[in-house]
Amino acid sequence: MTGRLEAELRRRRSEGAKLLVPYVTGGLSPEWTDVLQAVVAAGADAVEVGIPFSDPVMDGPTIQEASIRALARGTTPESILAELARIDVGVPLVAMTYYNLAFRMGDLRFARSLAAAGVAGAILPDLPLEESGPWEAEAAAAGVETVLLAAPVTPDERLAEIAARSRGFVYGVSRMGVTGERASVAASAGVMAKRLKAVTDKPVLIGFGVSTPQQAVEVSAEADGVVVASALLRVVLDGGGPEAVGDFVAGLREALDAG
Amino acid sequence: MTVDETIGGAGMGRPGDDGRFGDFGGRFMPEALVPACLELEEAFAQAWGDPGFRAELDDLLRDYAGRPSPLTEARNLSERLGVRVLLKRDELNHTGSHKINNVLGQALLTRRMGKRRLVAETGAGQHGVATATAAALFGFDCIVYMGEVDVERQALNVFRMNLLGAEVRPVASGSRTLKDAINEALRDWVSSVETTHYCLGSVMGPHPYPWMVRELQRVIGDEARAQTAELLDGGIPDVVVACVGGGSNAAGIFAGFVDTDARLVGVQPEGGAAIGRGLPGVVHGSKSLLLQDEHGQVNEAHSVSAGLDYPGVGPEHAHLAVAGRAEYPTVADGAVLEAFQLLSRTEGIIPALEPAHAVAWVMREAGRGIPSGSTVLVNLCGRGDKDAVEVMRLLKGDPGTGAGG
Ligand SMILES: Cc1ncc(COP(=O)(O)O)c(C=O)c1O
Repeated sequence: MTGRLEAELRRRRSEGAKLLVPYVTGGLSPEWTDVLQAVVAAGADAVEVGIPFSDPVMDGPTIQEASIRALARGTTPESILAELARIDVGVPLVAMTYYNLAFRMGDLRFARSLAAAGVAGAILPDLPLEESGPWEAEAAAAGVETVLLAAPVTPDERLAEIAARSRGFVYGVSRMGVTGERASVAASAGVMAKRLKAVTDKPVLIGFGVSTPQQAVEVSAEADGVVVASALLRVVLDGGGPEAVGDFVAGLREALDAG
Repeated sequence: MTVDETIGGAGMGRPGDDGRFGDFGGRFMPEALVPACLELEEAFAQAWGDPGFRAELDDLLRDYAGRPSPLTEARNLSERLGVRVLLKRDELNHTGSHKINNVLGQALLTRRMGKRRLVAETGAGQHGVATATAAALFGFDCIVYMGEVDVERQALNVFRMNLLGAEVRPVASGSRTLKDAINEALRDWVSSVETTHYCLGSVMGPHPYPWMVRELQRVIGDEARAQTAELLDGGIPDVVVACVGGGSNAAGIFAGFVDTDARLVGVQPEGGAAIGRGLPGVVHGSKSLLLQDEHGQVNEAHSVSAGLDYPGVGPEHAHLAVAGRAEYPTVADGAVLEAFQLLSRTEGIIPALEPAHAVAWVMREAGRGIPSGSTVLVNLCGRGDKDAVEVMRLLKGDPGTGAGG
């Protein structure tokens, strides 16, 4: 069964849009839900909400800094979900975090609390195929779509299984490395998108390092769209409020729409 | 004693194909690192069954690292404590600790896999020094990640690594100790995996590391089993004691005795007792017991010993604890400092602060939890040179009388 996240991304794609999925760290500042709403108003098709973890091994300095700041404010998974439950942003939300936070709460309870807060999907980058089965089942039971990640080194057979099991969209990691702003897009990003598009008709989004409107356009030539995280958080970490972040996202939207 | 020899059981055999020891272990890694873990698993399984590989490793352990390490009867300490203390002298290995056993094996594997760069994490610096040593010997590039706190309290080892040609990268994030060094090493590895092997220093991380590192350390237990059998006329010690950070020296010596009636004791620092104060959790690639808050955020450990300053523990130890085959008491920093001095004064052996935990537990429990007259085998897995400056600071320059025990 196609869930809300996948249905919405497919609908937007069929309209001819390139998909834009920005990432916001939950609890980063007192006004983080205003930032979230500004991101949506500026043209996001879905938003990833990061639930900060103490040891984010897949993240570079920017998301690390955002996570530390959010945690220092007393942010918890519960506080983020409680704030999300109070708003309706109008596009699907996808929680991104590390597995221990789900494991501590219990897979089913965590999945249910995501659903109760109106979150449509989940990304747990430290759950590879071999470990994610039990979580995927509990998430599906709670109505949460589990997005799986593929990497440039993923062999063809695994890639096909990742694409088949992923829900909502398939997340292609643009290059070997951690998250973080980059001056240019790696050649591996286009290869990743092509390989995924060859095995699935689910929406294929590319993330990790996509930082500028021009890079977003470049990556979207092969992919259905992009995830943009560190470059956006950099705006917030440098003191930008909802308006500045909205401007940043609008720039990405405009470039993607212009092709 | 009946031993659980099943795959993934408590008999310290092979974990299941899913890398599990009972409920613990696994491979909780980002997809980008899974192919490298699979490659390593296959390379190690093949090499471990290859007599040529084993012979090459044995030669290195003998001619380069100085194995077998002796078993020493600690007569003065025994007299004082009323129990017979035997010391497995892995502190006499080249580079000063048991870490070299693991590293030489992983260096051979690195060459076998066609890689030429090593990254490692280090706490006390012993694993970093061992890795830098192997890198020098094999001609590999070597980067060692080390928390800023540890760079400071283990300055001598930083200099040694530099002398050996390795680059030490201080880590400023989080608690600035071992756990954060592991995060940074993993971040490097995901960016460099094509050319780089992550030379992990303990029985933790994703499958196959906990199994592989235990197998590479079991030489301690195998030797000690034969040495104690000779000394005790075919008998076995009543108690086998080792300190536990990630748990590699403990796993190595336990592996030699898990099929006997010997009591297996892994001594944890009071501020890092993942077994006892931790809850099941997933970090750094495996499910184990972990110091964490109610939400699952990892807590910082606190120990006088940089090598044990870690909020988790290797998954096989979590399993041995739950299965009741091994026990994991704690000792306080103060008792460790006393043990450090006592062993120095009574036996002329300055231990590292890590194995001083094992000695401290024996001092505390001799005649209490350890009946008088028992035979106790202690894994003396490291020497104290690296800690001398830090202990001097802690003792305010007074070397003491060691009478505390
Ligand atoms: C001498 C010594 N013992 C023990 C340890 C802790 O590691 P493990 O528990 O893996 O033996 C270290 C780590 O740095 C060490 O240097």
